[in-house]
Amino acid sequence: MKSSSPKSDDAPGWFDRKENVQKLLLWLYVGCGLFVLIDILFRVFGFDKHPYFRWEEWPGFYAVYSFVASVLLVLGAKYILRPLVKRSEDFYEKEAADNATEKGGPNDA
Amino acid sequence: MPDAIHPALLYLFGALLVLFLPGRFRQVFALAIPLLGLINYSQLAEGIYWSIPLLDFELVLGRVDRWSLIYLSIFTILSFIGILYILNDNRKLDFSAGLLYAGSAMGVVLAGDLLTLFLFWEMLTLAAVLCILTRGTPEAGKAAYRYLLVHVFGGVILLAGIVLHLATGGSIAFDKIELKGVGAWLMFLGFGINCAWPVVGAWLTDTYPHASHGGLIFMATYTTKTAVYVLARCFPGEEVLLYIGIVLAVVPLLYAVIENDLRRVLAYALINQVGFMVIAIGLGTPLSLNGAAAHSYCHILYKALLFMAMGSVLYRTGKTKATELGGLYRSMPLTCLFACLGAASMAFPYFCGFVSKSMIMSAAASQQTTLTTCVWLALLFGSIGAFQQAGIKVPFFAFFSKDSGLRCEEAPGNQLLAMAITAILCIFVGSFPNAYLYQMLPNPEASYQPYTVAHVTDQFALLLFCGLAFVLLIRSGLYPAEIRATNVDFDWLYRRGGSLVYRAFDKSLNATNSGVKKFVVGGVVKHVVNFFESGASRFAAWILTPVWMLAGYSPEKIEDSRQSLFKRSKRGAFPIGITTFCAVVLLGLLSLIVLLGK
Repeated sequence: MKSSSPKSDDAPGWFDRKENVQKLLLWLYVGCGLFVLIDILFRVFGFDKHPYFRWEEWPGFYAVYSFVASVLLVLGAKYILRPLVKRSEDFYEKEAADNATEKGGPNDA
Repeated sequence: MPDAIHPALLYLFGALLVLFLPGRFRQVFALAIPLLGLINYSQLAEGIYWSIPLLDFELVLGRVDRWSLIYLSIFTILSFIGILYILNDNRKLDFSAGLLYAGSAMGVVLAGDLLTLFLFWEMLTLAAVLCILTRGTPEAGKAAYRYLLVHVFGGVILLAGIVLHLATGGSIAFDKIELKGVGAWLMFLGFGINCAWPVVGAWLTDTYPHASHGGLIFMATYTTKTAVYVLARCFPGEEVLLYIGIVLAVVPLLYAVIENDLRRVLAYALINQVGFMVIAIGLGTPLSLNGAAAHSYCHILYKALLFMAMGSVLYRTGKTKATELGGLYRSMPLTCLFACLGAASMAFPYFCGFVSKSMIMSAAASQQTTLTTCVWLALLFGSIGAFQQAGIKVPFFAFFSKDSGLRCEEAPGNQLLAMAITAILCIFVGSFPNAYLYQMLPNPEASYQPYTVAHVTDQFALLLFCGLAFVLLIRSGLYPAEIRATNVDFDWLYRRGGSLVYRAFDKSLNATNSGVKKFVVGGVVKHVVNFFESGASRFAAWILTPVWMLAGYSPEKIEDSRQSLFKRSKRGAFPIGITTFCAVVLLGLLSLIVLLGK
């Protein structure tokens, strides 16, 4: 699909360089650590977070909930929902074609 | 009368006239309408305007209050952004559909009675169908047809609800309605279909990806948000909305994870956020209702920004599937930037989503019942999942990820300008909520402070760990591969299920038909006809044969007499003497029976 613009397309872009991606990821890890640390410090120094729920005061509650929710969402979709609902990309088109020729039949992927 | 004209009138007039204008005039005119709309909006003051008496009813076309003003404001802004976005194409039908869409939505928002509401509600459907059709592909044609079918069905349900509501003594006023009786429930369901509720809302993710790159901006803005608006008006505080909202906020995300078409991923995330608004309406407190309005406002902004970015990708590459995209940050750096700003606007502090979504979460948390605690946990899950899908997955697979080898031009200038204006609004609203957004909320007495130290740090922790999970899932290969597939949703009911029902009816009704024909027409009817045709004469022959035998008739003569009896019976031509005789005999028999009975 490479086409048109003759600019220096094939020089790797900023995000294609491994060291840049590593640098970004490092910032992400540092950020994650920093906010957990802040949460722990709040607890240590007794900073009032005005929580609605008890568990909001547990250090790292939001971090853990977020991480677990993200992973559960992805794994649930991958291992439970996808096997149930996945069909071939032309599922409905095939169906229409089958109806037109009155053949019917299974068409799972 | 206010100094303004009815916004719907302005836009509908524009939608019609733009069809007849040539070339440049058309572009200037199309852009002038939303600009006039903005000026017109600024002239509107609270009050009731444009009432028309109709039979026993009073139709109110302009109920201007805090609720209608905040929706009118964002609808007007988006009409300008949407028209600006499609300006370079300069296509009559695109402009017309966009203006019609905006005008109808404003008509719904300003309606003060149920009939006016219904009229504009149906016009929304027409505009949406045009927005899909203008894509111009055969699939779009089919999708437009499906959209029309579902929404006409929804419209009929709504109308039936309104009629029943009126017939059972309900008021025609478009105001709070108690969820009691068939009429109210039908209206509730009619609104719910447009609000993309579970089962009945599959039309949204089915048809949105088929819309044109610009038409989708209008679709994503107007239909579901007017539905949220009418629900907030009619059914605030209904507990059933909480359950519906929880399903909306969680289930579509699972689909988003395994969906390949990135505009459909955004559509799933849109439903998830509509779930937030439905929950807010279900909670029914002043703060939560403020949250519903504020979040409609902010969600329209950032979702439009994301849809515009993906629309530009579609415009330039003709593709929207994750399997076909990737590495576009080199070709479309500005579009990529705006997509990232749109993603940040979903949840990051100092962007618009943060100041509205958290209002709903606080409203849920402050009630402290078991149900609202579950709601709060679902909302937290929903906001994490939405950020992971619409905020990380979509930009990642379109602009980063592996290099797809696609090389294209940056989006056209007008599209970039439309995205830039939206991005600036997202940041402005999020950074200075009190300066603008919070001033407009329907319940000014319910104050809210989004920027506390703990809230900001908690939110950053939430988002960063969501990102961390995404990175680790991708790197470990656990993240499900993007694959070309159709994921069956409840649209199956009317796409495949429809044809199954058709076949079932075909088989069962046609079998019944032929069976009935064989049994009734060929059997029962034949005998009945026979009975009435020759039954009387046969009966007479049966009685007379012994008489003739006693009279000493020969068998030939008896047969002759029988035949002549049948003939006469068929012609109805008995000699008068015989008829009279029979009548006298019958009368005699009757008298005998009567006498014996005594």
